[in-house]
Amino acid sequence: MLRITRKIIPVLLAALLLAALTACGGSGDSDVITITNVSYDPTRELYEAYNELFTAWYLEETGQEVEVIQSHGGSGSQARSVIEGADADVVTLALAHDITLIEQAGLIESGWIDELPENSSPYTSTIVLLVRAGNEKNIQDWDDLLADGVEIITPDPKSSGGACWNFLAAWYYAGQLYDGDEELQKEFMTALYSNVIVMDSGARGATTTFVENGQGDVLIAWENEALQTVSEYPGEYEIITPSVSILAEPSVAVVDENAADNGTAQVAYDYLEYLYSDEAQRLAGEYGYRPSDQDILAEYADTFDLTVTLCSIDDFGGWDQAYEDFFNDGAIFDEIYEAIE
Amino acid sequence: MNGAVQQKKHRRSRVIPGFGLTMGVTVSMLSVLILIPLCSILGKAFTLTPAEFFAVITKANVLKAFGTSILCSFIAAAVNVVFGLMLAWVLVRYSFPGRRILDGLIELPFAMPTAVAGITLSRMYSDQGFMGKFLLNFGIQGSYTRVGLTIALVFVGIPFVVRAVQPVLEGLDEQYEEAAEMLGASRIRTFFRVILPELTPALLAGFGLALARGIGEYGSVIYISGNSEKNGTQVVSYVIMQKLNAGNVDYEGAAAIALVLLVISFALLFIINLIQARAARRLG
Repeated sequence: MLRITRKIIPVLLAALLLAALTACGGSGDSDVITITNVSYDPTRELYEAYNELFTAWYLEETGQEVEVIQSHGGSGSQARSVIEGADADVVTLALAHDITLIEQAGLIESGWIDELPENSSPYTSTIVLLVRAGNEKNIQDWDDLLADGVEIITPDPKSSGGACWNFLAAWYYAGQLYDGDEELQKEFMTALYSNVIVMDSGARGATTTFVENGQGDVLIAWENEALQTVSEYPGEYEIITPSVSILAEPSVAVVDENAADNGTAQVAYDYLEYLYSDEAQRLAGEYGYRPSDQDILAEYADTFDLTVTLCSIDDFGGWDQAYEDFFNDGAIFDEIYEAIE
Repeated sequence: MNGAVQQKKHRRSRVIPGFGLTMGVTVSMLSVLILIPLCSILGKAFTLTPAEFFAVITKANVLKAFGTSILCSFIAAAVNVVFGLMLAWVLVRYSFPGRRILDGLIELPFAMPTAVAGITLSRMYSDQGFMGKFLLNFGIQGSYTRVGLTIALVFVGIPFVVRAVQPVLEGLDEQYEEAAEMLGASRIRTFFRVILPELTPALLAGFGLALARGIGEYGSVIYISGNSEKNGTQVVSYVIMQKLNAGNVDYEGAAAIALVLLVISFALLFIINLIQARAARRLG
C-alpha cells in the first residue's frame, strides 16, 4: 500500500506541474486582450452591464476580443492596493483624490483629469435622504433632521469617505442658512449629529443598519445607492432630495504604467472613452448615476431631482484641505462630536 | 498501514525526512509570515518620537477603546469557559444522534467570514430581530451596545475553549469519578475537586486564546457594536482602522496602537501560560 503510494506521488506531481504549465501557456497564446478595472463597491452592477456593452461594441468595431476583470472594494483601499502593486489597467474610483494618490505614487501621468471630458467623470452622484415610506417625521430638507425625535443613520466620517460627503453637504446647507457664520454652522451640525443613533464604519454598514436592522428614521446616503434600495424594496422607502447637496464626481483614469507594461494602453483608453457614449450614459442613468451628458441627464428627469443646488468639493478647497479643516484629529468634526450632550 | 509505520521507526528514519530541511522551511515561514511583518509594525511605530508615541496611545478615545476591548473580551472569554466546558462535556460524555454534526458546527465560527457573522448577529439582536426583541423584555438592548459586542466575541471565541478542553476530557478516566463516588463525595464535590482541577490547564488555554482573539477582533464586532465613542463601543481595531482611512492615512499612529495591542495580548497570554504551567505542575 505504502510503496504504491510512494511511487504514485511523483507521477501525480509531475502531471500536475505539466498541467499547470500548459494552462499558463494556453492563456498567453490566445488573442483575447484582458484588462483589469479596479473600482469601488457600489459600481459592481453598473460595470457588469457596461463590460458586456463595451466588449460587444469593441468586437464589432475592431474585431478584437476583450475580457474585463472587475475588482471592487472600498475606494480608498482599492487605491492603496493599486499603489502597492495590484495590476490595474484602469481605475474607476469614488473620488478624484484617490486617483491623485496613485498619480503621486508615479503610476498615472499628471494631467489625467483633463484626459477625458467632464473632469474625467463620466457620471456623477449626490447625497440624498432616504426615509421610510410615509415619511412619518416629515423630512423635506436638512433642517428637518434637527427636530427632536428624528433618528439619523450616517457612517462615521473618521472611518468612511462617504460619510465625509454627508457631513460636507449638511455643512454647506448650514453655511447658506447662516450666511457663513461658522459658530452657528457648528451648532447646526452638533444638533444634527446628536440625532445620529448609530455611526457605522462605512456606507454599506449604515445601509444594513437602516434597511435590514430597521434602525432610525432617515439614512443619509448616496443617490445611486438610495435608488438601488428603493428598487429592491418597492413601496418601502422614499428618496427626499434636499434643496442643497454636494456633487460627487467619481473619476476614471488609465493607470499608465501598468497599461504600458501590459500593452493595453489603447484598449484601456477606449474602455474609458466609451463610457461617454450615449449607450453607456443611458446605462449609468439606469443604474442610478447621473449621466454627465446633459441631454441624456434630462431624459432621466423623473429619476433624478434636477432642481437641487449642488456644491462641489472645490467649495471646500479640495479634499486635502477638507480633511485638514474638518476630519483630521482635533479638527471641526471632533469639536462637534465633543460638544454633543 | 500501522505496521508499516512501526517498521519504519525501527529503521530510525522519519516520515518527513531531513531535520535541516524542515527546520529551514519552518524558520523561513515564520520569518516571512510572522516575524518580518511584526518587525515592520515595530519599525513604523518607532518612527514616532517617544512623546508623539505617548500622545497617540494616551488619547482619550484610544484609552477608552482599550478599556472596551479588554473588558468585553474578558467577559466573553469567561462566558466561553462556562459554555465551552458544558459543550465539550456533552460532546465527549454522551452519544446521541447528530453528535458528529454538532461537533462539526463548533468550528463554524472559524470557517465563516467574520463580517457575515457580524451582520447576521447585528440583525438578530437589533430591536427588530427576534433575539433583540426577546432581550428587550428584560430591558436589555442587544445590537449597538456593549452587550451586542460581547455576544459577537462569544461567537468568535467559543471554538477555542471547546477544542482545548475536548481532548483532555476524552483522556480523563471515568474511574476517577467512580472512585470519588465510592469514597462518598457528592456530585458537586466530585466536579470541583476531581474533574475541574484536571481540566483547569486546558480551560485556561482556551480562555487565553479566546481572550487574545477577542481583543484584536474586527470583522464580527464592527457591525454590531455601533462604534460609538460616547457609548464606549469603539474597539481598538476600529480605532486602528480609523487611522488608515483614505485621505487621512496615519500609518505611524495605527502602528503605535497596534504595537500596544500586541504587547497587551502577549502579556495576557504570558500570564495565562504561567498560571497554566503552575496548574499543570500541581497536578504532577
